[in-house]
Amino acid sequence: MSSSGLLSLDLFSLQIFIDNEWHDAVSKKTFATINPSTGEEICQVAEGDKADVDKAVKAAKNAFRLGSPWRKMDASYRGALLNRLADLIERDRAYLATLETLDNGKPYAISYLVDLDMVLKCLRYYAGWADKYHGKTIPIDGDFFSYTRHEPIGVCAQIIPWNFPLLMQAWKLGPALATGNVVVMKVAEQTPLTALYVANLIKEAGFPPGVVNIVPGFGPTAGAALASHMEVDKVAFTGSTEVGHLIQVAAGKSNLKRVTLELGGKSPNIIMSDADLDWAVEQAHFALFFNQGQCCCAGSRTFVQEDIYPEFVERSVARAKARVVGNPFDSRTEQGPQVDEEQFKKILGYINLGKKEGAKLLCGGGPAADRGFFVQPTIFGDVKDNMTIASEEIFGPVMQIMKFKTIEEVVERANDSKYGLAAAVFTRDLDKANYLSQALQAGTVWINCYDVFGAQSPFGGYKMSGNGRELGEYGLQAYTEVKTVSIRNQQKNPCNLLLSNFPTPLTICG
Amino acid sequence: MQMTLSQFREKGTIKPWVLSEQNCSACLPLNFPCLSKTRPEMSSKKQTPANPAEGTLPAPLSNLKIQHTKIFINNEWHNSVSGKKFPVLNPATEEKICDVEEGDKEDINRAVKAAREAFQFGSPWRTMDASERGRLLNKLADLIERDHLILATMESMNSGKLFSIAYLLEVNSAVNTLRYYANWADKIHGHTIPIDGKFFSYTRHEPIGVCGQILPWNFPLVTLAVKIGPALCCGNTVVVKPAEQTPLSALYVASLIKEAGIPPGVVNIVPGYGPTAGAAISSHMDVDKVAFTGSTEVGLLIKEAAGKSNLKRVSLELGGKSPCIVFADADLDSAVEFAHHGVFFHQGQCCIAASRLFVEESIYDTFVQKSVERAKKYTLGNPLNPEVQQGPQIDKEQYTKILDLIESGKKEGAKLECGGGPSGNKGYFIQPTVFSNVTDEMRIAKEEIFGPVQQIMKFKTIDEVIKRANNTHYGLAAGIFTKDLDKALTISSALQAGTVWVNCYGSFSPQTPFGGFKMSGNGREMGEYGLHEYLEVKTVTVKISEKNS
Repeated sequence: MSSSGLLSLDLFSLQIFIDNEWHDAVSKKTFATINPSTGEEICQVAEGDKADVDKAVKAAKNAFRLGSPWRKMDASYRGALLNRLADLIERDRAYLATLETLDNGKPYAISYLVDLDMVLKCLRYYAGWADKYHGKTIPIDGDFFSYTRHEPIGVCAQIIPWNFPLLMQAWKLGPALATGNVVVMKVAEQTPLTALYVANLIKEAGFPPGVVNIVPGFGPTAGAALASHMEVDKVAFTGSTEVGHLIQVAAGKSNLKRVTLELGGKSPNIIMSDADLDWAVEQAHFALFFNQGQCCCAGSRTFVQEDIYPEFVERSVARAKARVVGNPFDSRTEQGPQVDEEQFKKILGYINLGKKEGAKLLCGGGPAADRGFFVQPTIFGDVKDNMTIASEEIFGPVMQIMKFKTIEEVVERANDSKYGLAAAVFTRDLDKANYLSQALQAGTVWINCYDVFGAQSPFGGYKMSGNGRELGEYGLQAYTEVKTVSIRNQQKNPCNLLLSNFPTPLTICG
Repeated sequence: MQMTLSQFREKGTIKPWVLSEQNCSACLPLNFPCLSKTRPEMSSKKQTPANPAEGTLPAPLSNLKIQHTKIFINNEWHNSVSGKKFPVLNPATEEKICDVEEGDKEDINRAVKAAREAFQFGSPWRTMDASERGRLLNKLADLIERDHLILATMESMNSGKLFSIAYLLEVNSAVNTLRYYANWADKIHGHTIPIDGKFFSYTRHEPIGVCGQILPWNFPLVTLAVKIGPALCCGNTVVVKPAEQTPLSALYVASLIKEAGIPPGVVNIVPGYGPTAGAAISSHMDVDKVAFTGSTEVGLLIKEAAGKSNLKRVSLELGGKSPCIVFADADLDSAVEFAHHGVFFHQGQCCIAASRLFVEESIYDTFVQKSVERAKKYTLGNPLNPEVQQGPQIDKEQYTKILDLIESGKKEGAKLECGGGPSGNKGYFIQPTVFSNVTDEMRIAKEEIFGPVQQIMKFKTIDEVIKRANNTHYGLAAGIFTKDLDKALTISSALQAGTVWVNCYGSFSPQTPFGGFKMSGNGREMGEYGLHEYLEVKTVTVKISEKNS
């Protein structure tokens, strides 16, 4: 019996999921997935590569053929299947939250209360869209009648990251399936377990074979095979900007598949001196340290107005020092380990660079345990815009606090980045809030809050933080082709002409 | 004596002549809304056009003088940084019309800088009311309409397009498109969003920024309007590269952009070549979006360049090999006519050309016979001459490519029904050509010909024709001719194409979105959908102390 010591892994298969069946890798290779709290192997998982991707794409294409059960299915029934999947995930919520914490290292309380809650809401939100994504009828000039059909694009490759494995799976599957696409999903090699468990639930929910296929594997092999595949109609990727470039290039070199990207960020969080200071300190702390700092939208450039700077820094350091780092299964723990050794080392490298380049280390600055990939909550003060820690994405628990004087200055500095994912403003002044929310080049602007996500609100990047939007109604556009159908009419009758043929009403006489 | 522009304007339009069967039936397609009402054979009863201007055509200008040949940046005219120029030819005579400044990387850099400056936060363009942007676009449309005859004559001379089509279709469509988008400017609504929790959330639909726009040579003015209309109504700034074959009308419109009062730097127009100026746009680190209309081959390069540079947004309108399916129950004469114009319109130089015509077995022979008769009716010649129904191909490269594909059709065993070679000794004229007994694996059935060459194939069943129609990497458009409602709906669902026409072909209007499935493109132009390509969505979420529904 394979076991993690905490929970049984016998409830699902650790293979490649194609056509609602489990397969070994064509190469028979497997790879280890590691528990980041201990550095030990949890289990071996089948390693998908090009040959497996080809099999999965073939299955998906077959499920998408004209006349297939999936293509003929009522849109309302697609919605029902998505709702059923959400119900099954809710039934197994504790198991999935445990598995997520084991594989990813995030605190169990967060897995259970935040990740799983958002997964359920996202799937149910898109379930409801399935029969409500309307095309339009269009008043075209001339004797024609015109309408649009919002059709599924076809085989969608979805490459998801390791920081929110279950949630990113839901963000990707929800809109793709609601609009009737078929999916080949490559899950991150660091965190393949929960996605494979969900594969079981997809089958149990009754999705037809081939509609969702899940291939665990590595980016340069399985991921690259998807991005350059000639039979894949669309690729959606969440991950680094560096890999985002490769994916867009691969699409241009292969078949012009549609590309949506959710990439990195270096999001500014601007604290004006009139803000509610306690709240701003707490939110700025949360903005950066949430999920061990492993958020693409992390508030990793905290700009604080000059007159409150010393006090803000002092309180932020006190807050960071109080942060509880440790076993993610302990209910008091706020911060677990980083996801793997590579990230752990990269973050420590950035911390060293910060020290070298002259930023002031105010707390933390090193590993937080003898084993596992734990990093101390770290704060740098007196950070300058040209320092590496102020311009590159660290993806760890390392906070950079900068000082500013005027609102014009902070806009310029905040926008002086190749990234444009998110931004936040803390102020009580309506004018300042409105000015900044217009001026900031970011796909999401939070005012007096941070990391507020709702399935209803679109999310995505300006500039090199991505292309396209996920979530909300906007997220549906990324999974549909618009077809215009125009039909020749013998005669067109606008309704005002019809009305003129009506008799005049009778006059009622007393 | 040459008439000056102002003299011409005072004088108004030259003696109009009215469209009639004699002078126009062979050259004008049935599918354009502005023309369809004048076509008696298509309508049960004769109707007079609602707008008296419809259907009237003046004579082209005989003494057109080209005034604008330089690079347009910041509402000013510039020589190229390199000092180079390139010749612009009249494809009907192969003679040079004029030399135009040749923009390259350095000129693109200057244009992008100007566009970036115009897009600065707090700039006149950024602080302008949306309604005022709309008013400026309407003004531009008015100015194009005022200079209708100049632009139509210029377009006809430079692109080889029939004057009647340039006047009635090209310029009118450009004007209609600009007005359509002008009126969107203050109606692009964001949403307020019922987000969970004690928050208030809304979206702003913001302009993307500096947009590179690379135009083709087949419809120079229409594609210019389709590109700048949505870009400007959303508040972007643009750097336009017109095709090297046909830069003149875009440069003329540049002068009208200045006259309309659009602020400096908002529209910049850089004539030049694809591998130099075009490549500089698509790989530029300070261009936020690139929109391209042209070949699939170049579309691939543009998407790749975006991936290699700054992940700029990409929208592409590319090639096609569009199927047109005629069922035995269709109105045969109407189907022959539409299918004919579907491929022969504008010398076959349309991305939507109906270049794979699938005809049901039982009517195949009659259909071929009627199509050949129809194709033989053409007079080729100078497109400014009203007696002419087909002009030249755009340039020697296209001309040679088309003739090569015609030869391949003969060699691979298709039956040449008519045409099949060049026409005349001067200019890039090709005979209207019809091939029957074409099979799917022949080159002429797979490759985009972009010339006056019709391929007619035979089919038996619906399932078969759907499969064959979809068996291509293109997916731009398709046509269906049938009287059967069930067939029309089944096939319009099944075809992989961004536009499906039922009992018509090629009907365009600014209200309907247009774009490709598969390798015919990414994204949509025209209609409300076309706005998405020029907007970034920003979600603003504000904490509130208490929420009430």
